[in-house]
Amino acid sequence: MSVFTLKVNGQSHTVDVDPTTPLLYVLSDDLALKGPKFGCGLGQCGSCTAIVNGRAVRSCRTPVSTVSGAEIVTLEGLGSPEKPHPIQKAFIDEQAAQCGYCLNGVILTAKAFLDQNPKATDEQIHQAMSTVLCRCFTTTRMMRAIKKYATERA
Amino acid sequence: MNTKSQDAHDNFDLTEAAAAALREHGFSRRQFLKGSGALVVAFSVAEFADRLGIAPEKMLAQGGNTPQALDSWVAIAADGNVTVYTGRADMGQGTYTVQYQLAAEELSVPMSRIRLVECDTAMTPDQGTSSGSQCHPVNFNQENLAQACATAREALVAMAASKLGAPASDLTVVDGVVTHKSDASKKVSYGELIGGKRFDMTIKKDAKRKPPQTWKVMGRSVPRVEMPALATGRFEHVQNVRVPGMLHGRMVRPPSIGATVGSVDESSVKGMPGNVRVVVKKNLVGVVADKPWQAIQAAEKLQVTWTPGPALPKQNDFYNYLRNHPGRRDAYSVNSKDVDAKLQGATTRVKATYLHPYQMHGSLGSSCAVADVNGTNATLWSSTQAVYPLRSTSAMVLGLQPQNVRVIYVRGSGCYGLNGADAVAYDAAILSQAVGKPVRVQLTRKDEMVWGENYGLPFVVDQQAGVDANGSIIAWDYETWSATLGNRPGNNAPGNVASGLLLGFPPQAVQARAQAPDPQNFDNGNNAVPAYVAGRVGGKNNGTGIVASERVLTHTVPSPFLTGPLRSPARLQNSFAQECFMDEIAAQVKTDPVQFRLRHLSDQRLKDVITAAAKQAGWDTRPSPKPGIPRSGIASGRGVACVLYEGDNGYVALVAEVDVNQDTGVVRTKRIVVAQDTGPISSPDGLRNQLEGGALQGLSRALGEDVTWDDQKITSIDWATYKTLYVGSNVPTIESVLIDHPEAEAMGAGETAITIVAAAVGNAIYDATGVRIRQVPFTPERVKAALAQRAGNQTAQI
Repeated sequence: MSVFTLKVNGQSHTVDVDPTTPLLYVLSDDLALKGPKFGCGLGQCGSCTAIVNGRAVRSCRTPVSTVSGAEIVTLEGLGSPEKPHPIQKAFIDEQAAQCGYCLNGVILTAKAFLDQNPKATDEQIHQAMSTVLCRCFTTTRMMRAIKKYATERA
Repeated sequence: MNTKSQDAHDNFDLTEAAAAALREHGFSRRQFLKGSGALVVAFSVAEFADRLGIAPEKMLAQGGNTPQALDSWVAIAADGNVTVYTGRADMGQGTYTVQYQLAAEELSVPMSRIRLVECDTAMTPDQGTSSGSQCHPVNFNQENLAQACATAREALVAMAASKLGAPASDLTVVDGVVTHKSDASKKVSYGELIGGKRFDMTIKKDAKRKPPQTWKVMGRSVPRVEMPALATGRFEHVQNVRVPGMLHGRMVRPPSIGATVGSVDESSVKGMPGNVRVVVKKNLVGVVADKPWQAIQAAEKLQVTWTPGPALPKQNDFYNYLRNHPGRRDAYSVNSKDVDAKLQGATTRVKATYLHPYQMHGSLGSSCAVADVNGTNATLWSSTQAVYPLRSTSAMVLGLQPQNVRVIYVRGSGCYGLNGADAVAYDAAILSQAVGKPVRVQLTRKDEMVWGENYGLPFVVDQQAGVDANGSIIAWDYETWSATLGNRPGNNAPGNVASGLLLGFPPQAVQARAQAPDPQNFDNGNNAVPAYVAGRVGGKNNGTGIVASERVLTHTVPSPFLTGPLRSPARLQNSFAQECFMDEIAAQVKTDPVQFRLRHLSDQRLKDVITAAAKQAGWDTRPSPKPGIPRSGIASGRGVACVLYEGDNGYVALVAEVDVNQDTGVVRTKRIVVAQDTGPISSPDGLRNQLEGGALQGLSRALGEDVTWDDQKITSIDWATYKTLYVGSNVPTIESVLIDHPEAEAMGAGETAITIVAAAVGNAIYDATGVRIRQVPFTPERVKAALAQRAGNQTAQI
């Protein structure tokens, strides 16, 4: 066990865990966050995504020891139901979900990508979302919400 | 209620100690409803009342298995707030919000004053299983919740009539206040009439529902109640449930199908961190630890020797295996007994075989459950679609009395039928029982795919049609072979899913019957009967078509893998075969596929959806294939398909436009137009969402999804070995045409579009290339192989 200090959604947390523990379990169990989800544990689906120092990472494959001190943002860190972040608002406006399990990965991946590539083309956005999975296939609405946000922020 | 945004709604004074006591007994704080008029408990009212400092007589023991009682469905508080109870689970289709709309409509109360309690065996009525084919208001829009709300409204108006001294016909209800139509000073609110008291009456079957033509809240695209919580990471999926003192379990599944436990070496995990415990019950093996990562590491390290099961049938010969299996059960859906003679006399005969593989539900989140088994009582938090049946089967698994088991529904990852939700509930329950603490289990990706869910059915279909000199179909012969093992567990078959099987419970097996009797009733629930035949049983035509000479014979054989009701079970496979075959016949007689369909249908609503889809698509009326097909590069085409889902549960037609890259075999669907008639529409945007998702899930299944195996084990174990479309995939635009029939009965919307995507895309590929592909999925390899065979012929078939 080792002690790590994590900065998550603007707050500092100290956890005492096995250093090989994937970040996902620290976020969802030690910190009881609901955004990051286990989907595959293999980095194939995106459900566990967190934004670490501005980049979308798959937290199921990220040992906690590698993100000590980093700025970590989860879906609940972007905004709240009362004050959603513009990308969250775009998803709410487009009613872009069914079960909603994938939203964490979809929204965070899109946000991190557009933050780094504000002038991304549609094709680049598709590419960025090409390994993020929604098995309810709410795809059309999600891409509409992402492009709406991209247009607004540009 | 399981969203944070709604927690504010439940914010009432409860000491931390009281809240902890509740949680300890399986009640979360938010489940106690302040001001609902009913503090709802089924377990030991006095005990909870005492802990909460509330007089027991003020608490209404409610819900449970008394669906005829109005009080099981509706409770009205003194302040007029309304609590309604439903046994229908929203797995993501939007029915949660639609039920708010329904209650608001029937009770004449604003949605903001209603709260809905969903699927909890301690509180909500037993409504069996919530299945996606009924992901529409039929479940609650014809009786049940709707009828309860209508009964309540009439009862309240009658009470008001008595109180105001005016006939009920002179009264109207607006926002929960009954008012005299011509004297607004005469009024009384619901809260004043009944607040906090029971109705003590049964649901009236003749209570008058509001006609859809007058709907004010139903029929509108009300934004989903939980959407803000979903988009901001506040929503509690079952994967997020954490209870005090909870430990974490991890299952250790057999390496191959049918393998049994030889020995378990507990010393292999001795001394690992997290107080690791090993649990073995028959062939169910798991570990429990303090933290999830500790359980994962222990499960990986635990040494178990397994005795392999029997070898699996060879995948490359599996369709012959189905066809030749001796232990089959035969059934006729229709049999006019003149099919052979009519086929003999036909001017033209068309014959073809279609194949459909096992496919997965493939939930994005692997299934998860939390169980707290405490001596003779158990509480399960589960995303099961069937809380009461799960209560019954988990009681069997645990050796407890069903009434001592409580199942609380918490939404999981989208399910589409029968994912690992029920199986993992047994896993968590057994581990919790063994260690005497609450245990959370979430399956691994591989275990979800191999030892969690029940696959969609494989199908072999032989068809033959006879056509007369006028180009009209005169006979249709339809014969299928499919394989099943297990199913939903229902009330008494835990062995129908993986964990129950590992615990030694038998799965539902195929009862062999080689001689099929004549059909007694017309049942097209599986869409085994093609749309174009008459469906004559019991002296009348029950089908949607006109072809009088008809034979539908189905063979069901035992499956080597567990199977279940994957979205549009058997309906999709049958419709793929029938709707592509219909296209083949049309091509054979050189007739436009839309016109050819319309000519052979008798059902006007089915004709109407085809016409509507064709119109929206700008359908190019001509026979397929398209003239002047290039021999290489991109070829474009369009295809159509239609169905009356389950024979009576939703009219749908779909046009697909594709580009086929003839050099790579890649099929790109550019545009989908879907037209749906589902009777009165409860929520237009919700319906569109279902049609869009269904269309793309259907496309993913048509183009890539295929469960694979070797001689011992399933080899589709993750998203690299089971192909799916992603959010960033190049998907078609989808246009939906909604045909509203407010005067008709409500029908299904969840499984209509998905049923006919493979057929429409297959027909579009044929239109584009002249190549008929009769096997799902339409992978680039399969398309390329078919195109290679085309050389020299205008049309080729595979």
